[in-house]
Amino acid sequence: MKRQPVLSVEDLSVSFRMYDTGLEQADLQVISNLTLDVCPGEIVAIAGSSGSGKSLLAHAVMGLLPGNASVTGKILYKGMLLSQKEKEKLRGKEIALVPQSVSYLDPLMTVGAQVTGRTPDEKTLKAQKEIFQRFHLKEGTEKLYPFQLSGGMARRILVSTAVLSNAQIILADEPTPGLDLEMAVEALKIFRELADEGKSVLLITHDIDLAFHIADRVAVFYAGTTVEIADAEDFQKGPKALRHPYSKALWEALPQNGFKPIPGFQPYAKDLPKGCLFSPRCPYKTEECEKEIPMTKVRGGYVRCIHAD
Amino acid sequence: MKNKYYLKFTGKYLLRVVTLLIAVSVVSFILVSLSPVDPVQQYVGAVPNVSVEQRAKIAEYWGLNDPPVQRFLAWAGSVLHGDFGVSLLYRRPVLDIIAEKFTASLALMMTAWLFSGILGFGTGCAMGMFHGKWPDKILKKLCLVMCSIPTFWIGIVFLMVFSVGLGWFPMGMSVPQGVPAEKVTILQRIHHLILPALTLSFLSFANVALHTREKLVDVLESDYVLFAEARGETKWSVLKRHGFRNILLPAVTMQFGSFSELFGGSVLAENVFSYPGLGAAASAAGMNSDVPLLLGITLFSALFVFAGNMLANIIYGIVDPQIREGYRNE
Repeated sequence: MKRQPVLSVEDLSVSFRMYDTGLEQADLQVISNLTLDVCPGEIVAIAGSSGSGKSLLAHAVMGLLPGNASVTGKILYKGMLLSQKEKEKLRGKEIALVPQSVSYLDPLMTVGAQVTGRTPDEKTLKAQKEIFQRFHLKEGTEKLYPFQLSGGMARRILVSTAVLSNAQIILADEPTPGLDLEMAVEALKIFRELADEGKSVLLITHDIDLAFHIADRVAVFYAGTTVEIADAEDFQKGPKALRHPYSKALWEALPQNGFKPIPGFQPYAKDLPKGCLFSPRCPYKTEECEKEIPMTKVRGGYVRCIHAD
Repeated sequence: MKNKYYLKFTGKYLLRVVTLLIAVSVVSFILVSLSPVDPVQQYVGAVPNVSVEQRAKIAEYWGLNDPPVQRFLAWAGSVLHGDFGVSLLYRRPVLDIIAEKFTASLALMMTAWLFSGILGFGTGCAMGMFHGKWPDKILKKLCLVMCSIPTFWIGIVFLMVFSVGLGWFPMGMSVPQGVPAEKVTILQRIHHLILPALTLSFLSFANVALHTREKLVDVLESDYVLFAEARGETKWSVLKRHGFRNILLPAVTMQFGSFSELFGGSVLAENVFSYPGLGAAASAAGMNSDVPLLLGITLFSALFVFAGNMLANIIYGIVDPQIREGYRNE
């Protein structure tokens, strides 16, 4: 039985209108045909190298893309198609973002005022105190300004904004870098707890290892699209359980798995290859790979590769 | 602890202002000594029948034949005793003239300053809010045009349009002609003040507006505004909570840093409108080789600009927690 996903992204493409050479305008497609869903009580980790469109996905879901971006495809919340207006209504209430760094905090405002919002009531203030305690943030931290925070404190404060918002979906954009292992595990544990309470977490991360252990499913991004979505278990098992050549390569590139790099690099959004975006680096490339590749179900997971079995 | 901090703070500024004034007086004294200004000629003026011997005697009496260092020390010594000398032009003590002219100028400069500050900030905020849309485009072009117009020229245009053409405002001066000083009403003074103040604020208005716009656009594109929106804050709330707070500091810098421009501009505006303020007195002193007055005004204007910068520094500490912390750790 499949649960109803709380958030589903179907065939999402995002492109930016930019000035090319001189006054020529060009569309830069940064996310192409991305498909993904999250169910209640589930953590979906998004893994992929820098520039694969992870953060943009979060911004697209929240309707935070700049004016020169155009979005096609569908974003559904509890089965309801979201327009920009509805995204604006939902953000902060149903969908919360945990941003990347301290630069997302107003440098001239105490963190307490930013965490609790404009007019906090008694209940919010109490909840904020409890959450800070849970994150080992000392009393009085709410009176500090962002520049007075250490990297780890800032990150815990950013996470606490999402916890406090009581949102159903939490989009965590790299919540762990800058934290030591213990603190990172602690932060991820909190996401786990939130998920166990029935919330959904989309965990964008570079700490793939940790993500494999904490998440339920993992989505691998490459050049702005999902190449594989599979149970986290498969990623713990290794290349044999995985489906896409890029996922396998990613696994093998981890330090404990041999630290093996593959040649080439992720294509720039301006000159994407035809068909499979990974094909230029793929050892199994055939002529068929230059055609449109759909996501197909293979061994319980989804993969965007015609050679997967 | 707190008292000690304020003591240190005050001491630092005192030290700065003293060194500044010493430097300014040395440099301006050197410049005046090198200039072809002849104080004796100025003193004697149009009076005929003053022989060469008499001139030499005056020069001897004033110590004009002494070496420059000695002359400087003599001047600086009396300045330290509060004696800035007597203006050759007005035949009255320099300090009295500065006090009198500065009151007139202060009303003019402060009006212009508030006018450009408040309106410039407001216009800048409006442009920033509508960034890239038509209100922004129109206002921005207007501001760029205003920026490029010289103060004295716009003053003349204002006179032609509002005084000569429409007759709304007087042609110049700070009070109506032929009215005894004690009978001049405050309304008459304000009536005379409006056009010069408008002229003076014209230049910095556009500067403040463009600067505020740029800053607000930066702030609205920042990560923390994005995150505020992600937390569900509305556009207006973001502007109120994060926008103003973050553009206030650069606006204060601009506004208090503009004291020097204000003073420079007042020289032009006061001359165009024959407004009897410090700016007009400064140019008169220069044109008529009134050395004591010129040096006095130079020192005073240095003090004025210093006061502006100091106020900006103090306000920084109040507005920005980072700078507050920095001050405390010094």
